[in-house]
Amino acid sequence: MTPVLQAKGLVKRYGALAASDEISLSLPPGEIHGLIGPNGAGKSTLIQLLAGATFADAGSIFVDGRNMSGVGLRQRVQAGVSRSFQTANIFRQLSVFDNLLLAVQAQTGSSLRFWRPRDEDVALIEQAQALAQRCHLERRDWGTPAGLLPHGAQKLLEFALALAPHPKVLLLDEPMAGMGPDESANMTALIESLRGQLTILLVEHDMDAVFRLADRISVLVSGRIVATDTPSAIRHNATVQAAYLGDDGAKRSELSC
Amino acid sequence: MQAPDRSVIYGGLSLLILIVLPFIANALDLGFYISLVRRILIIGLAASGLNLLLGYGGLVALGHAAFVGLGAYVVAVCGIEHLYDAWLVWPLAVTVCAVTGLLIGAIAVRTRSVYFIMITLAFAQMIYYVCISLRKYGGDDGITMIKHSQLPMIELANEANFYYFVLAIAVVVLWLCERLMNSRFGRALQGIRENEDRMQALGYPVYVIKLLTFVLSSAIAGFAGVLLANQNLFVSPTMMHWTESANLIIMILVGGIGMRYGGMVGAGVILLLEEFLRLYTDYWHIPLGALLLLILFVAPTGLTGKWRSQSRRLVASEQSNP
Repeated sequence: MTPVLQAKGLVKRYGALAASDEISLSLPPGEIHGLIGPNGAGKSTLIQLLAGATFADAGSIFVDGRNMSGVGLRQRVQAGVSRSFQTANIFRQLSVFDNLLLAVQAQTGSSLRFWRPRDEDVALIEQAQALAQRCHLERRDWGTPAGLLPHGAQKLLEFALALAPHPKVLLLDEPMAGMGPDESANMTALIESLRGQLTILLVEHDMDAVFRLADRISVLVSGRIVATDTPSAIRHNATVQAAYLGDDGAKRSELSC
Repeated sequence: MQAPDRSVIYGGLSLLILIVLPFIANALDLGFYISLVRRILIIGLAASGLNLLLGYGGLVALGHAAFVGLGAYVVAVCGIEHLYDAWLVWPLAVTVCAVTGLLIGAIAVRTRSVYFIMITLAFAQMIYYVCISLRKYGGDDGITMIKHSQLPMIELANEANFYYFVLAIAVVVLWLCERLMNSRFGRALQGIRENEDRMQALGYPVYVIKLLTFVLSSAIAGFAGVLLANQNLFVSPTMMHWTESANLIIMILVGGIGMRYGGMVGAGVILLLEEFLRLYTDYWHIPLGALLLLILFVAPTGLTGKWRSQSRRLVASEQSNP
């Protein structure tokens, strides 16, 4: 089967630092692929590269077998690659529902339409409602300016904005970051509900969530993928333990959660 | 359904006053005010065009007077070449401004924040100096026009006729802008103002949207310039000086940034204040500056920002609640 998303030998350097060092990655359709690694390992850089926000110095990226290496954000989104941001990157001044409308509008026909009022577009409103419900955004919050939402709800909205383009591949950059246990469980359930419908690359520090959700996990250390395997194999992988947890980790029998 | 926005009510009232103004002015033998208000409407039109870019798009362009001047210059230069037919000259002027806007915008819109300000200023100054160097067309001294543009049916030399013509244009353009800003295009533009990175990540054609707005805004400014040339029967490079561009921005700040009548109200307040303060002192800039400070402290979003009912922002969510 053609992988939905494939990276071959991606290299991205910032001066002498190789944030991505010969990264190869292959996501078959429907897989939830966890990506873990210590701070500064290059996880966010990899997301940037895959989403098309920055370009690699070497290597190539394939979406559905098509080479999209030199192609920017907009075309990547059209090809079915969408990303979430680590810190909620939402329209803070606009209401939650206006956020959703903007997200849905991008995918339903051209925005170069100049006459009909957008807010009278019933189909658009229905889609925004459906998106809100799918992402557990509470109806009472719909009128609130997004910047005034509590952190957890902002992350949910961020997730909704990433999901709006109906992506084939969803790149999630720490969706649980800064969440409490309840919110984290809610987000885990949300991602679980998408299983099989689309392919997900999940970057996350919440090990509990990653090991529960992921079909396979890749471990990124200093810009290199040191292992890709099933969660249980990763848990017992000696290289991973040494690299990920340092000297301290080598003494433990398995990764703590 | 929600109650009508307060700016609709104020807008309607203002329009009513503007319609009866010539009758009152003539009755009181104050014909001068017809010309003054007409000038306000014309400048307000340019400011409204700039407000699309500045208020709705979040792009602070410091060079819009150049487009006003360019539109005016096309009319005056055509006059020297004995062309007065409005159907020919006006579309030409607006097209020149739109194309210039396209060329400048294609470069400027790639930049953000202070770089955008600087690059629009730089291009505007280039146009300014080009016009100064046009020896054949008056150079520094500008061009005095011998007559108005010729329109069928409407005699622009008649004070009241010209006034109603400008008023009609202003109403139509404002209405079209309002319509545009509520369309999918307008919503996308406002999204770019709020968060350009996210708009890009959502797959919007951000560059195209910004560029089109720049072109439209330039064309509106150019049209205002066409009217201004007829208003003054005189054009000069001074019209394009960067301080004039800054004046337009100040008008928007005072009137209401990103508000439908912001440009008009701002032009009205500034030009009226200027006119009346001038009667009392040569140093009218000082009280004007103090008043502007006061206005900005009392109404940081501009005068019309105070009108906006909160419900407008929530229209969509209200509609979505059965």
